Amino acid sequence: MNPTIVDLFYLVAALLFVAGIKGLTRPRTAVLGNTLAAVGMLIAVVVTLLDKHVISYSLIATGIGLGAVIGAVMARRVKMTGMPQMVAVLNGFGGGASLGVAAASFFSMTTLGVESPVAAQTVAPVAMALAALIGAVTLSGSAVAFAKLQELISGRAIGFNGMKYLNLALLVVILILGYNLVVNDSGSTVSFVAIVALALLLGVTLVLPIGGADMPVVIALLNSYSGIAAAAAGFIMGNTVLIVSGALVGASGIILTRIMCVAMNRSLLNVLFGTLAPSSGETIDADEVYAGKVKSSSADEISMLLEDVERVVIVPGFGMAMAQAQHAVRELADTLQGRGVLVEYAIHPVAGRMPGHMNVLLAEAEVDYEQMKTMEQANAQFSKTDVVIVIGANDVTNPMAREDKGSPIYGMPILNVDHAKCVVVVKRSLSPGFAGLPNPLFANDNTFMMFGDGKKAIMDLTAALHETA
Amino acid sequence: MELFIMQLSLFALAVFLGVELITKVPPTLHTPLMSGSNAISGITLVGALVAAGSGDVSELLVQILGFVAIVLATINVIAGFLVTHRMLCMFKRRS
Repeated sequence: MNPTIVDLFYLVAALLFVAGIKGLTRPRTAVLGNTLAAVGMLIAVVVTLLDKHVISYSLIATGIGLGAVIGAVMARRVKMTGMPQMVAVLNGFGGGASLGVAAASFFSMTTLGVESPVAAQTVAPVAMALAALIGAVTLSGSAVAFAKLQELISGRAIGFNGMKYLNLALLVVILILGYNLVVNDSGSTVSFVAIVALALLLGVTLVLPIGGADMPVVIALLNSYSGIAAAAAGFIMGNTVLIVSGALVGASGIILTRIMCVAMNRSLLNVLFGTLAPSSGETIDADEVYAGKVKSSSADEISMLLEDVERVVIVPGFGMAMAQAQHAVRELADTLQGRGVLVEYAIHPVAGRMPGHMNVLLAEAEVDYEQMKTMEQANAQFSKTDVVIVIGANDVTNPMAREDKGSPIYGMPILNVDHAKCVVVVKRSLSPGFAGLPNPLFANDNTFMMFGDGKKAIMDLTAALHETA
Repeated sequence: MELFIMQLSLFALAVFLGVELITKVPPTLHTPLMSGSNAISGITLVGALVAAGSGDVSELLVQILGFVAIVLATINVIAGFLVTHRMLCMFKRRS
């Protein structure tokens, strides 16, 4: 096929990706957007296969067939609570594919000469080193993130205090090797293999010291890396569709990373390198905060509380998903709505384990997306709310973030549930959340605790409401 | 070098376009955005196809690396688009 025609089709594919992402800006057009992006991918693949560069098809057919079957099974089987693991795996595979392309290009260049069709660019050696570095970091980093999320290894920060210096040293060595690779025309195989090995190690040592609460940031960042690795692979081959799509994905991941960091009031550097720092200041005594002020309530009492209300806001946390309580919560909301009560869900950006995770979990339980409110929308309404039901959430409602300047979470944006007329907290016990802090909200005059399993507590509440009706 | 500068410009403009588009995606759709953009980053498949399909048969190592890249990228593409579709269908209104 004429190279100009191939490039024009690549342009069409890139435009379809842009249109696809644009479709994702509204729930109504999102399904169409995703389909457009998939069509763009199909066009890019078909055009590449028809291109004259491709001469052996059997290997390709086997690879695509195998990948398609594995991919389809994964997409069908994955539970919505397991989406962060799924995205971690896919990030890793994306990085691994770019690493594979970089390695294949390198070896075809060293054995076949620079004229090889795989590596058509004079800047190819730089791009190869970069694609190998970023691809390998993404691959091994995503594997560690997956292992943490799947609880194959401890979700806590693992490592030692000077770990960031080790990482820095690794990066410096990799860059020196990369420079060596670029300067030597022939390219040294030893340098390339060493870059890959050290970059794989770097991915592990970067993600190991990051604690479970910070996983949403890591997933988003690795998402960005997988895009940048694809763009680097595009520079190796001088392929514009790779460059453009890689840039789009890289930008997407970076923006989500920033949103997550803002939601936790942390800088990216602090998330990546700060978790192992010794905690400063005195620990706050939980008994002092709670002593004699926590009111435990039953389902019957709470149902009476809900009798004459106009506006109820539900604040879900990942604890709700752990207790498989989404459907029970939605039934409670249906019951209340049946009596003319306005019910909304207030979703903190880090309520789930990845950006937007809680929204997907609620959507699976058939909650209308128009009922899902962002933190900003919800905070504007809490003072007009009769009852807030907090289920499985803790740190994101802790007023210490607003009031206590000495607290480690001071400055973190929270849901101001304590501004509502009254707050019901469904929780197993008074145990602290990821931040390890007591929550003064639980001791407030207008807070009622409902201790127990989330799903059962909500079902009891719904049953009690039906009885009083 | 001119070609490289042109491609670098393309990269920079695409980053800006991406930033503009993605800041408009509502938080409700952030998870599908991630899995969907993940599928798009599977575009490396195009590079993998060239790598696996172009080497002459004697280049076994290149073909193996290309093959592995094809499998990984295809998983990325297929699983990414399908799971995104699955999620987005959940966001359709309740009747």
